[in-house]
Formats: sequence, C-alpha cells, structure tokens
Amino acid sequence: MTNVYYLPSHEYARVEGEIAYIGISKFAAEQLGNVVYVDMPEMDDDVVAGEEFGAIESVKAASDLFSPVSGAVVEINEELIDNPRLINEDPEAHWIIKVEMSDKSELEKLLSPEAYAKLCESEKH
Amino acid sequence: MKKTCLHPQHTAQGALMSPFGGFDMPISYEGIEAEHRAVRTSVGVFDVSHMGEVLITGDQATMFVNYIFTGDVAPLEPGKVVYGMMLNDNGGVVDDLLVYKRDDNEYFLVINAANIDKDVSWIKSHADKYDVTVDDQCDYWAELAIQGPSAEKTIADVLGIDGSDLAFYTFKDLKASDGSPMVLSRTGYTGEDGFELYAEPHIIVEMWRRLMDAGVAPCGLGCRDTLRFEAGLPLYGDELTDTITPVEAGLGMFAKVDKEGFIGREALVAQKSEGVKQKVVGLEVEGRAIPRHGYDVLDAEGNKVGVITTGYHSITLDRNLAMALVDARCAALGTPLQVQVRRKVFPATVIKKRFYTPNYKK
Repeated sequence: MTNVYYLPSHEYARVEGEIAYIGISKFAAEQLGNVVYVDMPEMDDDVVAGEEFGAIESVKAASDLFSPVSGAVVEINEELIDNPRLINEDPEAHWIIKVEMSDKSELEKLLSPEAYAKLCESEKH
Repeated sequence: MKKTCLHPQHTAQGALMSPFGGFDMPISYEGIEAEHRAVRTSVGVFDVSHMGEVLITGDQATMFVNYIFTGDVAPLEPGKVVYGMMLNDNGGVVDDLLVYKRDDNEYFLVINAANIDKDVSWIKSHADKYDVTVDDQCDYWAELAIQGPSAEKTIADVLGIDGSDLAFYTFKDLKASDGSPMVLSRTGYTGEDGFELYAEPHIIVEMWRRLMDAGVAPCGLGCRDTLRFEAGLPLYGDELTDTITPVEAGLGMFAKVDKEGFIGREALVAQKSEGVKQKVVGLEVEGRAIPRHGYDVLDAEGNKVGVITTGYHSITLDRNLAMALVDARCAALGTPLQVQVRRKVFPATVIKKRFYTPNYKK
C-alpha cells in the first residue's frame, strides 16, 4: 500500500503512522537547481494543509513550500541548515519537516504517486 | 514570444529556458553557479542577441544623441563606447544604453530587449527637429558576449579575432569571413574583462558552434544577473525604472549635467542641488535568509523605508547581499536597517553596492 502523497505544488508527505515526513519531490529539486537555503518553521509550529510553511531557495529565486497535511511540527531536518544541498542529492531521503498529523482524512485529497507522475510529465512539455 | 538565432542551439543543449524581455532566453545550462565561476575564473559565452541596436546617422547626429542621452558624445574620439541613459522630462530613466561613436555623424546605440519598442518610438519622436536618420537594426544584428579573464585569448584562438588592441570601452568594425559587417567592443555586464561581438545571425551561429567545440562554457541570463549584481551594475526594471533618476540610482556620474540641454537635465540639476528623496544602496544582510527583489526594507525601529531591487547569496563572495531603493535618510554607509524575509526580519547594514571589484582591462 502506498504511503507517499503529493501536492500539485511538488511537496510530498511520506506517512508512517501518525507522522508525515514532508519534503519536495525529485522533479521539483531538478527544476530548482542547487538549493542554497531552506527556510523552515520552528518546532511545535502548526502547519495547515495547503498553506505555506516555509521556503526553499535556489541561486535564482525563493519558492514557497506548502504543507500537504495539517498538524504540529515535531522535528525539522537540522542537517539542511548547514547543508541545504542534500536536497539535490536525494530529496526523498532528506525530508524538510516531520509533522504529527491532526486529520489523516486530508491525505485523501492529495495526489497518488501515479497521478503526480502524470502531472510532472505534463509540466515538462 | 521572440527567439534569437541561437534558440535551436539552446534547446538542443538542454538549457533551462524562460521569457526575458519578450524573448525565450536561456537561464542556465550546467547551472548558474558553475557558469558564474567560469566567467570569474576563465571564460564564458552568452547569447545576448535579444539586445536591441539602433543606428543614428546624419549631419546633426552628435547634437541629437546629446539631446536624448545623458552622456556627452561631442568630445569623444571615434571608436569610443560610452554608458549612459535616456531620460524622460522628470529625470526618470527610459532606458540605460551603450553608445558607440563611429564619427560625428554616426552612432550605434545598444538598448535593452524589454525596451526596444518603447525606445525606438521615443528616439523617433524626438528626431523630427534634427537632420538625422534613425535606423532600427534590432532584427539585423545578433550578439555574443565573451566574458572572463581568458576572453581575449579565446576570441583569438577560437574565432581568429584580435581584440588585444582594444582598451576597455572601445570598439572596432570588422568583416566576417563572407564580408558581412561585425562590431567588436571591449565591454560587458559581468565585472570581468570581455568582449561583445555583433554580427549577422548566420555568423553568430557559426561562432557559437566553434566556441562550443572549443569547450567554452555556455552561460545563461541567470549568471549574467548574479555577475552584474556583484559588480554593482544596475538592471533596467530593478535599479532603474522610469520613476528612478540616475542620481537616485547612484549613477549620477553618467549624467553630464554640465552639458547643454538634454531631456531630463532640469530634474537632475534640481535633485543635485536639493538632494534626493530615495537612493539605491548596497545592503549586507545577516543570517541565512536571502534578500530578494520586492522584499521590504525596514529601519531599526521597524518602519518600512524601502524595497529590495536585487538580492542574492553572492556566489563569489559567499555573503547575503542586496541592492535596495531606500529613503535618502537611510542611505548613508553603515546605517543599520532590517529586511523582512517572509515572517522574520533580519539585520542589515548599508554598504557600497560595488560588492565585487571588477577586473577590467584599462
């Protein structure tokens, strides 16, 4: 059974129990180019599904990050503070924040890996 | 959307493409950082065929150019290039441009892609009173910028073009292999030594091919912006607009107010005597957040005093830097300010906006 869900804005939520690991997709990382900064929320901040929770910056520009789920931030990926480029190496291994979900039914509104792959394909053209 | 003659090459080479100034232009190939470093340390080539060219000829060409342009072209020797602006009556910038002087009766103007239509109408609308011909040559010329410390050697070895006799901001007319005209100037927009080469599109396509075969790094507009930014050079639309004067932009030295009447002169004279209300400054921002175009600049008390015009994490200098348009009372070097980056504010200090000292060949 799949446990990875996507927003059309290219963030993923990898779900393990009540916890969602949130990051950006491989497709998004490739489009961005070298990541130079990740602006993350603080521990215990609340994030809301579909709303901005931070930003990811390439040399050229800052892009807002949107949360696929609602809940409380229980961990931020501190490795990214000194080494934001880990996201370019493997965006799926290097999640950005860990959220304790407040409403798992929100996952039903997100894209499946198959639907997301189709979206990426269409954005390439 | 318009395309340059090198558009097929850019897409075939896998460039990331994006609209700029009405053209579908390459932003980067290998990556902005690698291209930026190639120009700072060796050489890179840019397709800048989107730039516009206008030829002014006639018995009153010098008088006319001096009327629409902030620089003084009358005393210039033929073969000189001068940077300056065309202003509106309020002193706001219609465009910034290079003027190439062939002789007293002939000037070659190089203008920004985004402003081509506006500039050509502007120039023509003021030409009636002068014995001059205004020739829009934007579609005739293509252009390469070969930039970096090895630029002179690269054009000699790869293109067989000798630029060694050109001093900074001079040019010469050349002939391509088929006899078509070329213009070579020792100019650029990167803060490094380098050349800009104008020729017919088929010649430029052939030169691009030779430069690629020789392994010269293709560079996109992404690093063109990070390079010019580090050298403190303005971009029209960011640091210069039709509501920002050269004096406010910190480019007053390019407006020769001692020169007889040119459009916008009175406004500049008034600003120089009364002082300006706003000014473009350099900022160094503390912390990891990167200041970006459009972000608010605050004073130490948190009041909005301006806006970021360009900002980057500087690739060469590894610092978070910005140019910003701020209230004149906040423009003194060393003034402590703040920048609003999304939900947080970060301390910033006014510094000189020439962050990187250019390596020009004088």
